[in-house]
Amino acid sequence: MAHVEQLVGSYRAWAANGASGAPSWLKDLREGGIARFHDLGFPNMKQEAWRFTSVAPIAEGSFELAQPPARTPKLDDIRPFLLFETGYRLVFLDGFFQPSLSTPFFDDIQSLAHVVAHRQDLVRQHLGTYAATQDRPFSALNTAFVHEGAFVHVPAKATIAEPIQLLFLASGAKQVVSHPRNLVVIEREARASIVETYASLGQGPYWTNSVTEVVVGEGARVDYHRVQRESERAYHVATTQTHQGRDSTVHLHTVAFGAALARHDIGAVMAGPGGTLILNGLYLLAGQQHADHHTTIDHAADHCESHEYFNGVLDEKSRGVFTGRIIVRPGAQKTDSKQTNNNLLLSTDAHADSQPQLEIYADDVKCTHGSTVGPLDPRALFYLRSRGVGEAEARRLMTYGFAAEILGRMDVAALRAELDRIVRDRLAA
Amino acid sequence: MPGHGTRDTGHALLEVKGLRVAVAGNEILKGVDLAIREGEVHAIMGPNGSGKSTLAQVLAGHPAYTVLAGSAKYEGKGLLSMKPEERARAGVFLAFQYPVEIRGITNSYFLRSALNALRRERGEPELDPIDFLQVLEQKLKAIGWDDSMMNRPVNEGFSGGEKKRNEILQLAVLEPRLAILDETDSGLDIDALKTVAHAVNQLRGPKRSFLIVTHYQRLLNHITPDVVHVLADGRIVKSGGPELAHELEAKGYDWLRDAAMVS
Ligand SMILES: Nc1ncnc2c1ncn2[C@@H]1O[C@H](COP(=O)(O)OP(=O)(O)O)[C@@H](O)[C@H]1O
Ligand SMILES: [Mg+2]
Repeated sequence: MAHVEQLVGSYRAWAANGASGAPSWLKDLREGGIARFHDLGFPNMKQEAWRFTSVAPIAEGSFELAQPPARTPKLDDIRPFLLFETGYRLVFLDGFFQPSLSTPFFDDIQSLAHVVAHRQDLVRQHLGTYAATQDRPFSALNTAFVHEGAFVHVPAKATIAEPIQLLFLASGAKQVVSHPRNLVVIEREARASIVETYASLGQGPYWTNSVTEVVVGEGARVDYHRVQRESERAYHVATTQTHQGRDSTVHLHTVAFGAALARHDIGAVMAGPGGTLILNGLYLLAGQQHADHHTTIDHAADHCESHEYFNGVLDEKSRGVFTGRIIVRPGAQKTDSKQTNNNLLLSTDAHADSQPQLEIYADDVKCTHGSTVGPLDPRALFYLRSRGVGEAEARRLMTYGFAAEILGRMDVAALRAELDRIVRDRLAA
Repeated sequence: MPGHGTRDTGHALLEVKGLRVAVAGNEILKGVDLAIREGEVHAIMGPNGSGKSTLAQVLAGHPAYTVLAGSAKYEGKGLLSMKPEERARAGVFLAFQYPVEIRGITNSYFLRSALNALRRERGEPELDPIDFLQVLEQKLKAIGWDDSMMNRPVNEGFSGGEKKRNEILQLAVLEPRLAILDETDSGLDIDALKTVAHAVNQLRGPKRSFLIVTHYQRLLNHITPDVVHVLADGRIVKSGGPELAHELEAKGYDWLRDAAMVS
């Protein structure tokens, strides 16, 4: 409990100084967040949603609130994490916006701290509206520290051709926590593609606690990609919450390579009829890494379609957890929902937990789910060898295929190529 | 061998002697003798469960099958001690009765990896995707495919017939010296059967031999074998010319099975 008090203390100090100039609605939002976090405390493994994941290293660790970095990185330092040098991008270091490395677009692709002052009504309307905090201590804590992060607004019928890059770097030098808070508003019939990346310049332990809310208007489409390649000693806790209007399309891709301990809560609410959702995820872990993906797809309206694919590749002593909750609300007729989670265990010490949770309250629906946990298919291994491919290469090829299945669904070629390269590097090691 | 007297002195590509094989603790092959010379097409027929696939798989090196006794020489060398990939690189190819899916790997990537593994063995330069496409194009035509099947994961969602055609495509691209076809005809409609047979006939040549495993004679209406063997209860109980296939079609297998039991 000591650590909860420490975090609340650091919130009080921060609210009194650094954040004292905020408008009152924002102060209220933060106060609500800290009160909730104080009530809830850190989750424990007796709670259903945390059965397989202990956050003790975070709860018992000591993380100071990140301070503005002393030095701004050079473009050369961040180039390894950029897919394109053109297009719009927002770069953050330890949670702080880096204007000299960013290419914002007026008040539409901007730092959240900036637009809170300039587009108050829009921000106020959406911020904190979608990501739940009632039973989500980390989300509540992030809300307490709401200040900085990425803001993307695409006006009705507009299309942003090139993917927008949101890059969250940790300096990785000190044991600090940052709480990036991102808000993405895609207005009706607008279209955008976004790549949100978490990475580190240093190797040290730190904690990222991010929340991203994505609102997608009627007939709009967003291709949202999230790449978590934090330092292998990092703690990464994140929430991604989407909210879809009528006839909208969300393709949400998420890839987790990094962090010692990672927990990603993904929530998708299909609030209007005719929506389409693809939730496509990969986790590739080794060593002692632990990654927990907790997904909730909420079919709140009729005639929506959701396809969820998660593949895990687990080597050495790593552990992957996947929970796929699908809720079909009363009246969400003609829901078409498909979920698969396949886990490949590359070592006898690796472990995977996979649990689908279907809650169906409508009768005219199609819901399927399937999950697998196991080693490489020996039949496929023999098939490849019988064609002349050596055993080691055949194993690599099949493992790569497990990842490629997920990467292949991504539309951004440069991202696919970069992730493909990372996967190949990891498999060659 | 009937009608092929000139080859009698030919070089034996595969020579199997007294082969006994067990799987899951059961002896399935109980002493198989078989010699295939260069350029010959042999057919193995027999009732379900007689051990045809076991023979095919053991020749390809499947690790689930235990060799209890006997030998198999390929190009004069001991085949049974070679790894599956070494056999493939030496020119042995098995068209599977049940082709396997490989998730996430496209058919074209798979086939290029396989071809390059063989080329490395032969000291030839590897093919990049562009060069490979050229090789592929001609081979695809032979089985009546365009390249749309090539960008799909290997055998995933393929119909039974598509899987079998895919095996023949691999055969055409990898150009083995000994091609073993395990029930490639089963599950094919007549058009697909003709396409497959045509592709195989085009690949026939003085340096390439075939071992065609089939339950029915209908494939042999389109591919005329030099020798037909009957496998029953783990032994070759009869060998003969193409006419033996017709005899089997007319009489069934029971008379042979009974013969095998008695012996
Ligand atoms: N992997 C295996 N595990 C257990 N039994 C097997 C296996 N493969 C074949 N068998 C058994 O061996 C016998 C011969 O099978 P098979 O070679 O497939 O026959 P065929 O191809 O002639 O129909 C059958 O009784 C079958 O059940
Ligand atoms: Mg068989």
